[in-house]
Amino acid sequence: MSKLQDVAVLGAGPAGMAAAVRLRALGVPVALIDEQPAPGGQIWRNVEGNENTAVGKALGSDYAAGAAAAAALNESGCVLRFGNQLWQLEDAQPEAKWRVFVKAGGGLDMLPASAVLLAGGAQERPNPFPGWTLPGVVSVGAAQILMKTAGQIPEEPVWIAGSGPLPLLYMTQLLALGGKIAGYLDTSPRGNLAAALPHLPRALAAWKDLRKGLGWLQTLRRSGVPVVKDVAEIAAAGNDRLESLTYRPRGSKAVTVPARLLLVHEGVVPGIHVTMAMGCAHDWRDDQVCFAPRLDGWGETSRAGLYVAGDGAGIGGAEAARLRGEIAALGIACKLGKLSEAEARQLAAPLRRALDRALAPRRFLDALYRPRPEVFAPAEETVVCRCEEVTAGQIRRAAGKGGPNQLKAFTRAGMGPCQGRQCGYTVSHLLAHSLNSSAAEVGFFHVRPPLKPVTLGELATLEIEEATP
Amino acid sequence: MFVRPFKSDARAVSVVIDGETVAASDGEMLAAVLLRTPPFYARRTPVSDSPRAPYCLMGVCFDCLATVDGIASVQTCLTPVRDGMRVERQAGLRELTK
Repeated sequence: MSKLQDVAVLGAGPAGMAAAVRLRALGVPVALIDEQPAPGGQIWRNVEGNENTAVGKALGSDYAAGAAAAAALNESGCVLRFGNQLWQLEDAQPEAKWRVFVKAGGGLDMLPASAVLLAGGAQERPNPFPGWTLPGVVSVGAAQILMKTAGQIPEEPVWIAGSGPLPLLYMTQLLALGGKIAGYLDTSPRGNLAAALPHLPRALAAWKDLRKGLGWLQTLRRSGVPVVKDVAEIAAAGNDRLESLTYRPRGSKAVTVPARLLLVHEGVVPGIHVTMAMGCAHDWRDDQVCFAPRLDGWGETSRAGLYVAGDGAGIGGAEAARLRGEIAALGIACKLGKLSEAEARQLAAPLRRALDRALAPRRFLDALYRPRPEVFAPAEETVVCRCEEVTAGQIRRAAGKGGPNQLKAFTRAGMGPCQGRQCGYTVSHLLAHSLNSSAAEVGFFHVRPPLKPVTLGELATLEIEEATP
Repeated sequence: MFVRPFKSDARAVSVVIDGETVAASDGEMLAAVLLRTPPFYARRTPVSDSPRAPYCLMGVCFDCLATVDGIASVQTCLTPVRDGMRVERQAGLRELTK
């Protein structure tokens, strides 16, 4: 058992780092916990290791900005626990309030905390299509992590299929590193633009962000990379690894090309497994086509003392994550008696104005890159649950027997090691479609601990001092 | 599938994957090594025995599971490489003795 820290912050990305530093500055003892070996989260992954390198230069100035945040964290006096995975969170009233169970270096540990801030960020949206389980199909996020952590790039000209800012940024970075792109299959529906335009005036408040995006598009155009617009369907095929790729632009005939590596991406969604497991209230976000935990103005969930900041609170990007982290830190400090309510409100006011500016382009971007309907309605033979290899057809046939949790029992979808992280939303959408309902109504799998696999051997290492009655 | 064309400042180490010695950098994630080492997969599935490679690299897909130093079903995307690490591509269900 570790020493009581007032606050446990889970996740060392922009939100978690900003919150931890702010809390320390307010005199609150903090433990910052992250699965990775170093600070940065996914957006600033390995930012310290890439300082003054060719890879760091190609990743761009927004990435390099993470080094200052990491340096501030290192000097903050927070207890830093890297390489630690959260597998269970418990409410331990009346004493310390929260028990944070982590897995690290072959053993388990428990950290007591008065308040917990979840800053675990987002994951890429599940994106099922025929052949997406083949070796040779990798997510764009994964490819970017390989670039950041190992300077690793595709061996030969790579196909990229997807939608949203991340593929454009990745392609810009890949071209800067001398990588080759076979073609970009843009899957955002052409019709999205009309729905996005009414949100453009507000988005212009963040014109610097929009200019960045236009810059990526321009780099792509100048590079001569073939771009296919409005791709409705993709399929990967091969014997034990990707050998060919078929794509069909909306209203056109399918085209098949040889391919050995395909990168895919259909946007990101908040990571909700921890808040779901804790039974927090969630709301359906139709603008981002996902669930997000219901939060008050300080980021507190429906469970007192449990907070969320960053993209886990709804997708907003790195700057919004940093600001939400700071706002949550003020709310927590107020709750712990380090700030009066008036002080917290006053300190938060400029942060809230900045957050409003940081979120200005969201409605425009969310509408422009709203996923195509095919993402939520895979073909019959498409594997939906990667772990248990359950197809869309099997899920449709089991629909009508109950909600997502009954369907789990009937088909085993969501029962493998990923615990529904890769199939949860697809199952909800398939059920909604079959039952003439909505994903918001159908809901999500129940999520149960352990949130990561733990062995009996590891459990045996757990030491908890129980208070004697 | 992937290559690493840039020099790394990290110490050069070697890991053993299914009996073959493979060059790596100290501290890089094992999944990255698997993605540049033929036959480019981490495990075979318990359901259909089909090969799976690391897919998400951020701990949410569990397709990069392999047996590392005798422990089965290890998420290799969250496992930093150490010199002499012994890795087996996992076949089917995890075994009780691993």
